[in-house]
Amino acid sequence: MGISRFVLLVFTISMLASPALSDLVLSKVDRRIYLTSHIVRISSTLEVENAGPETVSKVLLAFPDLQAQNLAYLMASPHEAKAKFKISVVSFPIDVVKPEDMPPGVTFYSVSLPQGLTMGASFTFDVLVVFTHALRPMPEQIGQADIQLVLYQDSAYYLSPYVVKVQSLSLKLPDSRIESYTTLESTKVQGSEIKYGPYENLPAFSSSPITVHFENNLPIAIAQELVREIEISHWGNVLVTEHYKLIHGGAQSKGEFSRLEPQARENVQGPSAVRYLVAHLPPRAHSVYYRDAIGNISTSHLRGDSKKTELLIEPRYPMFGGWRTAFTIGYGLPLQDCLYESEGRRFLNTTFSSPMIELVIDTLIVKVVLPEGSSDISVAAPFFMKQWQETKISHLDIVGRPVVVLEKTNLVPEHNQYFQVYYKFNRLSMLREPLMLISGIFFFFVACIVYMHADTSISKFSASYLAKQQWEEVRVAIQQVHNIICRCLATHDKLEASLRDLSRTGEVQACKAARKSTDGLLKELSKELKPLMTFLQSSPSAVQVEELVAKERELLEKFMAKHSTAVEAYEKKSGARDIENRIALHQQKITALRQEVDDLLEFIDEI
Amino acid sequence: MATMPASASDLLKSFKLKTKQQELLIRVSILCLVYILAFITRLFSVLRYESMIHEFDPYFNYRTTLYLTENGFYDFWNWFDYESWYPLGRIVGGTLYPGLMVTAVLIYRILRFLRFAVHIREVCVLTAPFFASNTTLVAYFFGKEIWDSGAGLVAAILIAICPGYISRSVAGSYDNEGVAIFALLFTFYVFVKAVNTGSLAWSLVSAFGYFYMVSAWGGYVFIINLIPLYVLVFYFLDWVKHMLSDTKLFQAFLRITVTCAVAVGGIALGLGMVSGYISPWTGRFYSLLDPTYAKDHIPIIASVSEHQPTAWSSFMFDFHILLFLFPAGLYFCFKRLSDATIFIVMYGLTSMYFAGVMVRLILVATPAVCLISAIAVSATVKNLTVLLRSKNKVVQTGSTKRSGGSQSSSKALLDQSQPFQKNGAIALLFGAFYLLSRYATHCTWVTSEAYSSPSIVLAARGAHGNRVIFDDYREAYFWLRQNTPQDAKVMSWWDYGYQITAMGNRTVIVDNNTWNNTHIATVGRAMSSYEDEAIEIIRSLDVDYVLVVFGGVTGYSSDDINKFLWMVRIGGGVFPVIKEPDYLVNGEYRVDKGAAPKMLNCLMYKLCYYRFGEMMTEYGKPPGYDRARGVEIGNKDVKLEHLEEAFTTSNWIVRIYRVKPPNNRCEI
Repeated sequence: MGISRFVLLVFTISMLASPALSDLVLSKVDRRIYLTSHIVRISSTLEVENAGPETVSKVLLAFPDLQAQNLAYLMASPHEAKAKFKISVVSFPIDVVKPEDMPPGVTFYSVSLPQGLTMGASFTFDVLVVFTHALRPMPEQIGQADIQLVLYQDSAYYLSPYVVKVQSLSLKLPDSRIESYTTLESTKVQGSEIKYGPYENLPAFSSSPITVHFENNLPIAIAQELVREIEISHWGNVLVTEHYKLIHGGAQSKGEFSRLEPQARENVQGPSAVRYLVAHLPPRAHSVYYRDAIGNISTSHLRGDSKKTELLIEPRYPMFGGWRTAFTIGYGLPLQDCLYESEGRRFLNTTFSSPMIELVIDTLIVKVVLPEGSSDISVAAPFFMKQWQETKISHLDIVGRPVVVLEKTNLVPEHNQYFQVYYKFNRLSMLREPLMLISGIFFFFVACIVYMHADTSISKFSASYLAKQQWEEVRVAIQQVHNIICRCLATHDKLEASLRDLSRTGEVQACKAARKSTDGLLKELSKELKPLMTFLQSSPSAVQVEELVAKERELLEKFMAKHSTAVEAYEKKSGARDIENRIALHQQKITALRQEVDDLLEFIDEI
Repeated sequence: MATMPASASDLLKSFKLKTKQQELLIRVSILCLVYILAFITRLFSVLRYESMIHEFDPYFNYRTTLYLTENGFYDFWNWFDYESWYPLGRIVGGTLYPGLMVTAVLIYRILRFLRFAVHIREVCVLTAPFFASNTTLVAYFFGKEIWDSGAGLVAAILIAICPGYISRSVAGSYDNEGVAIFALLFTFYVFVKAVNTGSLAWSLVSAFGYFYMVSAWGGYVFIINLIPLYVLVFYFLDWVKHMLSDTKLFQAFLRITVTCAVAVGGIALGLGMVSGYISPWTGRFYSLLDPTYAKDHIPIIASVSEHQPTAWSSFMFDFHILLFLFPAGLYFCFKRLSDATIFIVMYGLTSMYFAGVMVRLILVATPAVCLISAIAVSATVKNLTVLLRSKNKVVQTGSTKRSGGSQSSSKALLDQSQPFQKNGAIALLFGAFYLLSRYATHCTWVTSEAYSSPSIVLAARGAHGNRVIFDDYREAYFWLRQNTPQDAKVMSWWDYGYQITAMGNRTVIVDNNTWNNTHIATVGRAMSSYEDEAIEIIRSLDVDYVLVVFGGVTGYSSDDINKFLWMVRIGGGVFPVIKEPDYLVNGEYRVDKGAAPKMLNCLMYKLCYYRFGEMMTEYGKPPGYDRARGVEIGNKDVKLEHLEEAFTTSNWIVRIYRVKPPNNRCEI
């Protein structure tokens, strides 16, 4: 049905053919149709000549509507001898036009030439047209092991509103297995190439339908929807996340599935299945991941060199005709590789489309997430697309990040060109998020401190509350007693030291002076102790405290006694042995007492 | 190592901290470390595999949580799920414990509010480790309540890495038990606290804890039965105490009663064994004690591996040294009987009994075992160190001390009486630390090797020592999700129901909820019938796809062929047409040439082995060699009439068949 419609259409066009629009003449048309992948590329070289008197600067290109629907990419550039379908740096502006008095069912594009053509002048340029969905599987359903045959339809004559003097057409097929093709006059098959023409002096809008039915086992991977999210962090990373919804656009799979055959004879059977996809990522891509809605997919390989990073991913299952899958790949890029500054504005410069090779994308949505606080946003892109803005709330955002959303349909790898997003961003805004974190943690600790110190009890006069308060006071008092005793013991140590000095140097005066100063200190301490003791009298641990104080007193007395004996002995200049004996008596008691005091101190400390 | 504590205490002293504050600092830092340890030891599964939901039930929980986040609480409450139990459906809101999902969503909302843009899956994966960390804190306070803070610390450490608890709380095991154990222990702790303090506030908190527990897990019946039992025992003891009105008498009474009870029990056991009434360690002995014996006659409950009686090895595996420390701890508890220790002893004994009845109840016993063992460890270590420290002092203060105060003299006498005490104490301490370090190693090993596998993704060692991953389950589920009609009905054994609905997003006939035995039996009957009989059942259930799990290529043993006898039993339980002996040869289950003819031609056999006869699985073996069972299959020429192969995963683990439309009608 499709074929007949196409034929009918071409037929009507040729029937309605009206005289040429202007005095332009195509003196030579050379068309090469590449059917080697599922994306159809037509590269034509046109030599246009102005036969009329007026200067012409626009050339019309015509496509039947049916083809124009699938037209994904159209580019005209100055003729280069060896250019195949390279994207040329210089290209001419192209617009869709609707000239009057033209046959219906044809879409026109007008190419603006760099200079107007004066009478008799000629100009040669290349036109690259890329079509998607132009190959139709025939039969539409195949078994798992069958080969995939596809059908391509076009016209053997170049459809043009101008007279074409000389033209030729060649179709390049993936290999020489051709099921059938339309034979016209001067048709030649050379290996995997079919040649039509040359044809001479054909009037405007002449056409002659041709159909090629051939084997194309190349997997037809079509992304029905691709959402790319490019998130810029000024801390040094650009995060790219790509969500694919993929379908195998070839002949539908029918009948029984079998693991056995592809495993046993993998390269022979199931040839048109999508087994893997290759993506060429930028050279310094890192943190690459590949997952889907239910988790990681462990079948992927990453190879990298200084020029590119090649990611080979396998879907969870080999995709036969009509099967679908959905997955997400993501990677990070160093910020300096794609973010630049010019005239006080920053701009992101990165590729627009998918890094997958030979992938057709039906709908592409690119979201560029700029850092929070960006302003003055504008987009510079090589082709027209829908564009709007939204906000996205991500980690630690308050108002959300501005997002530039770009949408375009029907994309081919040729669309993978660089585009720029310009914006203004204050460097200080970078510090906002870390400061928020720091202050958050700070306030948490402050809250903890406040909680620990605040009195949260409801009733201030309940018995338990009062008891608690009292206990708190007692504890403080005991702590003070503890401190005082400790200081007392420290003075003991000082005295002890002075005694050692005495035994070494024999200076009695210094020792006496030390004794005096400690006496004063101890007196003060005992004064301090008194009110505390009276306060503690009624508390439950009074016994221990009193015992401690008593023991300390005793210890002090003994110590003083020892000190006095030692000093006396030195004054009398008695023999060393004698002194030792005298002191030893005291010393025994002192050590015992000291031990007890220490034990008591430890006990009190535990309270 | 030895100088460490000294330098640490010097360091603390240089901060001018009092002993009390030093202790607090050490305690808090140990608790913080334990908190972190409990969390990170559960992350093995994330490191080994990925951040994903594990096993079977967690997938249902994840799916409902997703629904809750997307549709809000009221929709969740009123949710009627058409995707499961086709054509019956399931009232999800009324038939689940919402505690887990609500908790996860609450955490998710809080994080979102604090502007952490996390995915709900991450929250679900990490919920169990987070609650395990919180459980360690509760264990600390519980231990502190029943014994002292030392025991509390040890309990926190023990429970942080105890395999019995880790088995249900690794990252990704998003199941009710993950939060329920926290709720259980918290309720018990607050209950004991209320008993100890007599405070109304604590009892109120306890009631709320119990409320949370009820909303989270069916195990709440344990609490509601244990607490009355405790009150009863408590009153009885109180009454006895009152009657005897003397502590010494009471202790004597207690001793006599306990001894008598043990003696009588032992004699009865001995006599029973001698006379043949009780044959030791057999299923009958178990079933005599087993209150769930009746359940053994319901195959649907018996078929679940976690409902089996616990083997000694799994006790050893899950508790390790705690198994020996538990009785020691009980001894210490009896030595210092208080309201709190009576409670923990009762909790320990009852839960240990239930753990013996059913494998999965080891989980309930774990906190009690950890607490009681912690008492044993703490008390022992404390006694030993007190001994060591007191002696050190004697050495320091010199010989003069002996004539000193009465306190120290008694100690000194002790020293003289047992000259090797110090060495003994040191040896014992080293022994204890050796055992504890063995425990730590064991726990880490068990966690990393046994309990961190998601069981969705299988990993094996390849021929060259490399890691091979079998991701077949997800391959199949994702295929279902992408390449079948949105309303396709999938029939499989009930084990895979939750996973198919959660990952495949397709309607299933039966799932892991197992509430309708007849429906499951119908599926079991279909699987165990001949194809032409089965197709009638399949058509009557409006099934579009049939999914089976098959391990013959990879040697994966928990596949449908090995589960098949349960399908026969469950099917036969409702439909007497299916008889188990038809599938056995002399009581033996086989799939090779000697298998029963009904076995070789039933639907399950055909679906698993379809075209398997042409497959070479192992070098040097004939085609059709089943690696899971180690035999060459008996029926290599399997023909299917009403079903056709729709998809088989790369390692043949999951096979999906499409139900062909009836012959006399044309496909539209």
